Amino acid sequence: MEIRFILNKKQISIDVKADAVLMDVLRSLGCKSIKCGCETTNCGLCTVWIDGKSRLSCSVLAASVDGCEITTLEGVEEEAAEFGRFLAAEGGEQCGFCSPGFIMNVLAMKRELQDPDLEEIKEYLAGNLCRCTGYMSQLRAIQKYMAAQKEKEVQA
Amino acid sequence: MITIDNYAKPATLEEAYKLNQARSSRVMGGMMWMRLGKAHVKTLIDLSGLGLDEIHDEDNVIKIGAMCTLRQVEECEALKELFGDGIAESIRHIVGVQFRNQATIGGSIYGRFGFSDVLTAFLALDTFVELYDGGIVRLSDFVNRAPDKDILLSVIVRKGKRKFRYDSIRRTKTDFPVIACAVVTGIVHGQETWYFSVGARPMKAALVEKKWEIPADASEEMIADYAKQVVSEFTYGSNMRGSAEYRRHLAEVLLRREMSSILAEGR
Ligand SMILES: Cc1cc2nc3c(=O)[nH]c(=O)nc-3n(C[C@H](O)[C@H](O)[C@H](O)COP(=O)(O)OP(=O)(O)OC[C@H]3O[C@@H](n4cnc5c(N)ncnc54)[C@H](O)[C@@H]3O)c2cc1C
Ligand code: FES
Ligand code: FES
Repeated sequence: MEIRFILNKKQISIDVKADAVLMDVLRSLGCKSIKCGCETTNCGLCTVWIDGKSRLSCSVLAASVDGCEITTLEGVEEEAAEFGRFLAAEGGEQCGFCSPGFIMNVLAMKRELQDPDLEEIKEYLAGNLCRCTGYMSQLRAIQKYMAAQKEKEVQA
Repeated sequence: MITIDNYAKPATLEEAYKLNQARSSRVMGGMMWMRLGKAHVKTLIDLSGLGLDEIHDEDNVIKIGAMCTLRQVEECEALKELFGDGIAESIRHIVGVQFRNQATIGGSIYGRFGFSDVLTAFLALDTFVELYDGGIVRLSDFVNRAPDKDILLSVIVRKGKRKFRYDSIRRTKTDFPVIACAVVTGIVHGQETWYFSVGARPMKAALVEKKWEIPADASEEMIADYAKQVVSEFTYGSNMRGSAEYRRHLAEVLLRREMSSILAEGR
């Protein structure tokens, strides 16, 4: 079946099987930032935005995104790189396999929550697993990044 | 693994219901659970686009469309106003935000899963389900029905002055609950009534109703006695997450805490 959707601001039209999952379709379209860590909805590595909401592309049927707008890390590269610098500075990535999905969910949180405290940040990111870092460095990176964003807003 | 031959997005509920009557058809909610199963589905029926993705705050009820995501329900202000943080508490531990942006209330209630936090919470409230063919049915009846080929359209919660508490225990964050407990109290037909729902025992949630008039200044010992009594009316089982004994113990602790918290509010 043919589906049409917007991927990182570009119109896409593609033939997919009824049981094709979005993660595979997006990777076939060149969005290699999307990783598969579990395929069972537990790790968050495959996070993309569908109509602005963070979702797990390993568990979304491609057929169901007909008419939707999809954003992957490739579509928010600059913003992702900016947060990535905070992550690196705090030692918040080692193998880096979890980073794309993690960054997508951090950027979604930034859009959704005003001034989240540590508990709210932890809760929002509970679905993003990392086998390397132990999370503390990631949490520091997020807090520093959020503070820097606020500072920017004040100055603007 | 699930394999799907055809994906259908019907334009009307009537069409969706007709398609679903074939043995090899399945209705899809968020697909989070169904995708992990083993099945060959000839026609998968997507209910999105049928207006089932809204929460309506009506005069006497809150009507939650079956395709509303768990995240929508978790954040619903109308439910918070009526029942405090109870509903959000029953949902916020389920995997992660991305997951809850997709799993639906329809799939969660229709599935009647033994481990379900969502079912445990809604069962304690004055809740009904609206079915395409079966009409409006009390959730406590629906829970014990065998799955059929009907379509769940909405979950309806009757408004009323009720106090609600929910709590669960997990071995690790985002895992399935080892036990899930909800307590609701309010005046029903002029009499104080307590509703206790315990899920993840690991059997699906069950409900016990008690016409108890408990004074707001009841001692902790009195409350503990009530909790002991109600806990003995549920059955418990063992699995890899915990033994029947352990579950029973946890249920007693949680129900006692929830009752104390409700009574403290009335002081
Ligand atoms: C890894 C994982 C962890 C989980 N952890 C928890 C947890 O800790 N606590 C908890 O409460 N839940 C948990 N769940 C369950 C989850 O919250 C959902 O209840 C579950 O995924 C079903 O919702 P869905 O929208 O994905 O339904 P689907 O998977 O799409 O459907 C489930 C079933 O319901 C049927 N169905 C769906 N919608 C309708 C409808 N409108 N009418 C008729 N039939 C319908 C489908 O045909 C299917 O049989 C977990 C699930 C997974 C996969
Ligand atoms: S690959 Fe999607 S949640 Fe792990
Ligand atoms: S940095 Fe290796 S999994 Fe997160």
